[in-house]
Amino acid sequence: MAARDVPVEVTAPVVEMRGITVEYSGVRVLDGADLTLRPGEVHALMGENGAGKSTLIGALTGTVPILAGTVLVDGLPRTPTSVARSRAEGIATVFQESHLSPHLSVAENIMIGHEVRGRFGISWARSRKQAEAALATVGIEDVDPRAPLAALSPATKQLVAVARAIVLEPRVLVLDEPTSSLDESEATRLLRVVRRLRDQGVAVLFVSHFLEQVFAVSDRMTVLRGGRVVAEYRTAEVDRAELISKMIGEDIDALQALHSQRLSHHYAESSRVALRATSLGRRGMLGPTDLDLARGEVVGFAGLRGSGRTELARLMSGVQRADRGELWLDGERVQLRGPAAALRHRIAVSSENLRHEGIVAGLTVRENIVLALQALRGWARPLSRAEQDAVVDTYLDALHLAHEDLDRPAGELSGGTQQKVMLARLLATRPHVLILDEPTRGIDIGAKLDIQRRVAKLAGEGVAVVFISSELEEVVRLSDRIVVLKDREKIGELSNGPGVTVDTIVEMIAAELDGPDPGDDG
Amino acid sequence: MPTTTPARPRAAEGGLRRIAHHTLFWPVVALIALLAANTVYRPSFLSVTVLNGHLFGAPIDILRNSAPLMLVALGMTLVIATRGIDLSVGAVVAISGALSLSFIATSPNPGSLSTVLLAIAIALGVSLVLGVWNGFLVSVVGIQPIIATLILMTAGRGIAMLITEGQITTVTSPPFKTLGAGFWLGLPVATLVAGGVFLLVAFLTRRTALGMLVESVGINPSASRLAGVKARTIVWTVFALSGLFSGLAGLILASNVMAADANNAGLFIELDAILAVVIGGTSLQGGKFSLSGTFVGVLIITTLTLTVTIVGISPLVTPLFKALVVIAVTLLQSPRIRESFAARARQRAARPEEVSA
Repeated sequence: MAARDVPVEVTAPVVEMRGITVEYSGVRVLDGADLTLRPGEVHALMGENGAGKSTLIGALTGTVPILAGTVLVDGLPRTPTSVARSRAEGIATVFQESHLSPHLSVAENIMIGHEVRGRFGISWARSRKQAEAALATVGIEDVDPRAPLAALSPATKQLVAVARAIVLEPRVLVLDEPTSSLDESEATRLLRVVRRLRDQGVAVLFVSHFLEQVFAVSDRMTVLRGGRVVAEYRTAEVDRAELISKMIGEDIDALQALHSQRLSHHYAESSRVALRATSLGRRGMLGPTDLDLARGEVVGFAGLRGSGRTELARLMSGVQRADRGELWLDGERVQLRGPAAALRHRIAVSSENLRHEGIVAGLTVRENIVLALQALRGWARPLSRAEQDAVVDTYLDALHLAHEDLDRPAGELSGGTQQKVMLARLLATRPHVLILDEPTRGIDIGAKLDIQRRVAKLAGEGVAVVFISSELEEVVRLSDRIVVLKDREKIGELSNGPGVTVDTIVEMIAAELDGPDPGDDG
Repeated sequence: MPTTTPARPRAAEGGLRRIAHHTLFWPVVALIALLAANTVYRPSFLSVTVLNGHLFGAPIDILRNSAPLMLVALGMTLVIATRGIDLSVGAVVAISGALSLSFIATSPNPGSLSTVLLAIAIALGVSLVLGVWNGFLVSVVGIQPIIATLILMTAGRGIAMLITEGQITTVTSPPFKTLGAGFWLGLPVATLVAGGVFLLVAFLTRRTALGMLVESVGINPSASRLAGVKARTIVWTVFALSGLFSGLAGLILASNVMAADANNAGLFIELDAILAVVIGGTSLQGGKFSLSGTFVGVLIITTLTLTVTIVGISPLVTPLFKALVVIAVTLLQSPRIRESFAARARQRAARPEEVSA
């Protein structure tokens, strides 16, 4: 990409979004959000899952219809209605490498949709030449544009995705989680390209769950929470702890009682270790991690999404196989070949992705509750109706589930009820180790309280519980011990006590990587 | 209170409406319409007479002719419920028929019961192995079902040709003929066999947990895996069953004509079976399946074929008739079409108020 004539007033915004409001089937996902992008600046969009980042990007690139608000490009009002149209206005999106076509060549991937046309249709020679120029801009001129994309490494593919976005010389470049499939050195390479583009005067909108990358590359940041902009900072001036607490938000705490209850609970120090992980890890997923879970203990995993908290849970429960390290269950080495094996070892796990890995939407609530138990028994030994009723009734009242919902398809019920159904399904297998990944995400306060109470009670009954939540208050409230993760590594462990607050954890996450303090104060 | 009965608005709308909302409503209506049309054309259509202690008549013909398709469609229902599809059933039908008849033809005593039983066992055993092969390709190797079974669909007829050595083997064996053309207790043996398998499958899926686990895998494979369901074993099992049932269907078809035709036995039966399953309301996207729906679907397709013969239309246009009925039934079942009908009805109801507003 050639250096262009940068406007004299470098600070004049190229894109201004004002009061953007978006609703999906009546649910307001963006509520009057503002965003300003200036040429020669990398602007980071921050926020937890569901904060509205992707929606805001969609509103900018024309994939999401805007209910209210204006988008100004060069000071003129525009209504982005399609990706093609926003591209014509100079707004380009870098797709994740998984959105490229593996069987097309590199040049085809870059030029698809805007091939150079000659008298006899597409001129592939000239198209390839343009593709080569774009490859050079992103610093991978050694890649053969005729090679099939599938032959490249993930990092190179991601750079090809950047090349695809910049080939039309956009003035605004949107990168949504561009580094999620890259390792550290690959990510560094990509960030270098982003900086170079910025220096050429491109306005970059950057979204990443990796905090350090955001701090390394961005000049300015906007923080979203619950569809609203809660802060805008210059990156150089921002306090990390403040940023993280802005992202997470401080809920009105109606649950303080549970906290003090948990604090007075204090599991017996002599408790047997139920599950022990030693240097458990998997390449590209989680660094080697040591962890002990004791009976009757709630261990919270704290960290932002992508920090490795879900990955650790999945490796501990056989959902994904570790390629290093060992798992010990009640002092015996176990190898979990899958979730079914884990269940036989009395390790039950729920996924953070309720819709895709939790609820079987087409089955009834009753079937969903007995599913894991039935799978454990095998198909040939069906649970009789009476046995099903006994199982279902055990959890119905405890979780405040409605009797008349039992024979409705689980997919018709609210998120909170579905989470309770999931919990009931796991509990029906009488687990010794219970791993809950985001069991309270996006549900109302009542359902949340039901689930938290149940978790506290389980620990009292001697179950080893892992509790993962994006809401740190919740983790602090429930956990005996908190494992803190960041950038796919365990960075420390805290014994919960009167001195431990959300800020303690936030400071741990925000601290620079150079001195990871184990903080294990027993 | 959990004891209070929840207000169910639908209950007030009356039983007729509920029947009309049943998934099998339109398929049954289509079947009745077909039978009625036949009766109008030939008033004696529905009459069943007793001859030599056997029941005779068009309804009995429909039941008997349905047997092979019923068997194939049963296996297909289970496969489709797991989000799969089995295109190889026709080829398995041909292999099974060719194997049994070739074995009987080359045996020293084609008429003996032991020869026939051995022939049946060999054919069913090989069919089961073929089903296991399909299941292996899909569940272990991870090939898409349509491709995995396409392999056997194309290769299978070649295998059948090898078995028959390219000849259409004609055999005389009274015990074997009983399977396809015999009667027992006044009913065709083929019908009894298919009925027995139907009941067996119904028992296997609805009285054990197999049906629920099959549906769970079909609706959401990843969630099922996390719940400890062994999706691989289940998918493998349904493909094996599909092979076995197709083999049984092949035996009945071969016994009916007592000739092994490697090229034409069970030709396009996979399409009829898929149609029967879809007409019966089991979604090709997997999940909830309906064995009784498949039953009605099979009857519709067999009745259609018979109708064409009775009315005297050239068999060449049978596919066209099938297509028309299938289009009609699937459109009536489509949620989107139903929704647009309902929306139109609501609009019509709402229009007077809009005018006054």
